[in-house]
Amino acid sequence: MSERTSRIGAAFDKARADGRALLVGCMPAGFPTVEGSIAAMKAMVAAGVDVIEVEIPYSDPVMDGPVIQRASDIALAGGVRTRDTLRVIEAVAATGAPVVTMTYWNPIEHYGVDAFARDLAAAGGTGLVTPDLIPEEAGEWLAASDAHGLDRTFLVAPSSTDQRLAMTAAHCRGFVYATAIMGVTGARSQTSQAAPVLVSRLREVTDLPVGVGLGVGTGAQAATVAGYADAVIVGSALIRCLLDASDEASGLAALRALSAELAEGVRQPDR
Amino acid sequence: MSADATKSEVPAQLPDAAGHFGTFGGRFVPEALVAALDELATAHQAAMADETFRDEFAGLLRQYAGTPSLLYEARRFSAQAGARVLLKREDLNHTGAHKVRNVLGQALLTRRMGKRRVIAETGAGQHGVATATAAALFDLECVVYMGQVDTERQALNVARMRMLGATVVPVTTGSRTLKDAMNEAMRDWVANVDETHYLIGTAAGPHPFPALVRDFVRGIGDEARAQCLELTGGLPDAVTACVGGGSNALGIFHAFTGDPQVRLYGFEAGGEGMGTGRHAASITGGSTGVLHGTRTFVLQDDDGQTRESHSISAGLDYPGVGPEHAWLHDTGRASYQPVTDAEAMAAFELLCRTEGIIPAIESAHALAGTLAIAPKLAAELGRQPTIVVNLSGRGDKDVHTAGEYFGILDKE
Ligand SMILES: Cc1ncc(COP(=O)(O)O)c(C=O)c1O
Repeated sequence: MSERTSRIGAAFDKARADGRALLVGCMPAGFPTVEGSIAAMKAMVAAGVDVIEVEIPYSDPVMDGPVIQRASDIALAGGVRTRDTLRVIEAVAATGAPVVTMTYWNPIEHYGVDAFARDLAAAGGTGLVTPDLIPEEAGEWLAASDAHGLDRTFLVAPSSTDQRLAMTAAHCRGFVYATAIMGVTGARSQTSQAAPVLVSRLREVTDLPVGVGLGVGTGAQAATVAGYADAVIVGSALIRCLLDASDEASGLAALRALSAELAEGVRQPDR
Repeated sequence: MSADATKSEVPAQLPDAAGHFGTFGGRFVPEALVAALDELATAHQAAMADETFRDEFAGLLRQYAGTPSLLYEARRFSAQAGARVLLKREDLNHTGAHKVRNVLGQALLTRRMGKRRVIAETGAGQHGVATATAAALFDLECVVYMGQVDTERQALNVARMRMLGATVVPVTTGSRTLKDAMNEAMRDWVANVDETHYLIGTAAGPHPFPALVRDFVRGIGDEARAQCLELTGGLPDAVTACVGGGSNALGIFHAFTGDPQVRLYGFEAGGEGMGTGRHAASITGGSTGVLHGTRTFVLQDDDGQTRESHSISAGLDYPGVGPEHAWLHDTGRASYQPVTDAEAMAAFELLCRTEGIIPAIESAHALAGTLAIAPKLAAELGRQPTIVVNLSGRGDKDVHTAGEYFGILDKE
């Protein structure tokens, strides 16, 4: 791991001091439109989401379940471009909330890894979460993130060996992303039994904060996950607020309500 | 036949330990799949080194699939081509294509890993039918993902898979075709990886799939090389194949990569023509990128979003290609050229009429490419060239498409 300081580290330090977890809320850029996604993300911040994870829509999202697939399809059908994503990041970062970016690898490789890192840093983004990039293939990104002072979050899974947990965490800066279940994104009625085990295995090999995602959809689930993780990452449940709504205003209202419920949850960790 | 004639020289072994062919290949996958890919890579290595496994695989290919397939001298087609054309008759294999070799190998590997369930993606349904066949033979649960557009176009193959006991899941996301079926198979695999093997249908995807599939189909070239030596007393001047994901082409190329005098040609689907943008030629019409777990040539837009491919041949209708082909192209060892729908269908008709063989439309691309290169090769060599063509499959599945194309179906 590089000794550079993390862009998102201060937010984790503060949450830790407050005895709570951070709430990370995900939304694809350009869903339902570029402006609509900026409005949604700002509403999330206003309602208590600590960190926004902006997803770059991709044509072949193999880690994602039906909700994020649909939202990505809508964004792409609306013509969203990678450079629009940077505009969304800039607009949301202006609220003062840290903005991380989740992306499949090909859009970044196609943009140019160093060029994207440069433009992401200029837009005020903190770094990347890369669901289909493992450290072994990340040489160019390791160099570019060092050069532009960006965080990098790789994923770990219940199936990761101890050796891979250590290796992967050693390549992260900012936080590590623990996928709580073996499966794709999507809210589930039960959060996983495997997640706390995975997090405690991670604690053996790293001091970095750990975010847990995949499956959280209610305040109670957020409180459960906050009991053992440093960040609770929520995607599909928030996105569904907009997908299921009959109009924009009711979608934003539902999004605010769920954000507030989740924000409450991460402040009452089940310990 | 001398003993050494049956063995070809294998060049420096690729991929490397991490699955790279030069800058291509590798693993661009969710971490959740890495353990399963490692398990598979270990099982693959161990199996290839295990004589019992190799014997069992060879026995199945012989007794069940009907290999070695013939190398047939197509005299009347040759006269039209201006070349001595030898057809590697993979169309005569059980299930009608080279694909049976790959599925039998992977089914054996599935059993060896102690898994009870296989999943597969399919476009036209050929790989799905082959997988369902092997699953029936090995008593494995089988789920096949197929784009909804394809389940509608290929209703007969859907019925075949069901007859063989497989569950066919129509995929309704994205473009609802092969690439989306592949996404859905990956999603299933992430969720069920403990008991499930993803029986991928071509030499693409994350490491070790490209190497593993190649190893299971490379018997095509080993056989063809020995058969050509026996039949003609020498090696061919060229070996040709169609390239979708690339399995039949790698299967026949591999035995010849150490023979520098043998030219290797891969023919991609040029669809309605390269100028129209409606094609499936990833190498000749795409650019480097990452798709379905591997770095290779991809059809993509300016933002790295995958573009839809187009081809009259469902089996070639894929916007990527196996990474070893990207490497063979990069190093110049093999050359790749597009063949349009129209050129392929003309060659399809020519083979029907000259030889009484109805080829798969995929394989017709190899025939058309062969017709295109033969005169140039003859001029270069100053004599009639000998060309081995991989006739990767039979055309039964394509009768409807071809009948419509030629306008020979009776109106209702
Ligand atoms: C007969 C036949 N040939 C070729 C292909 C293309 O696949 P590959 O490039 O992997 O050989 C297919 C795929 O369905 C096929 O059915």
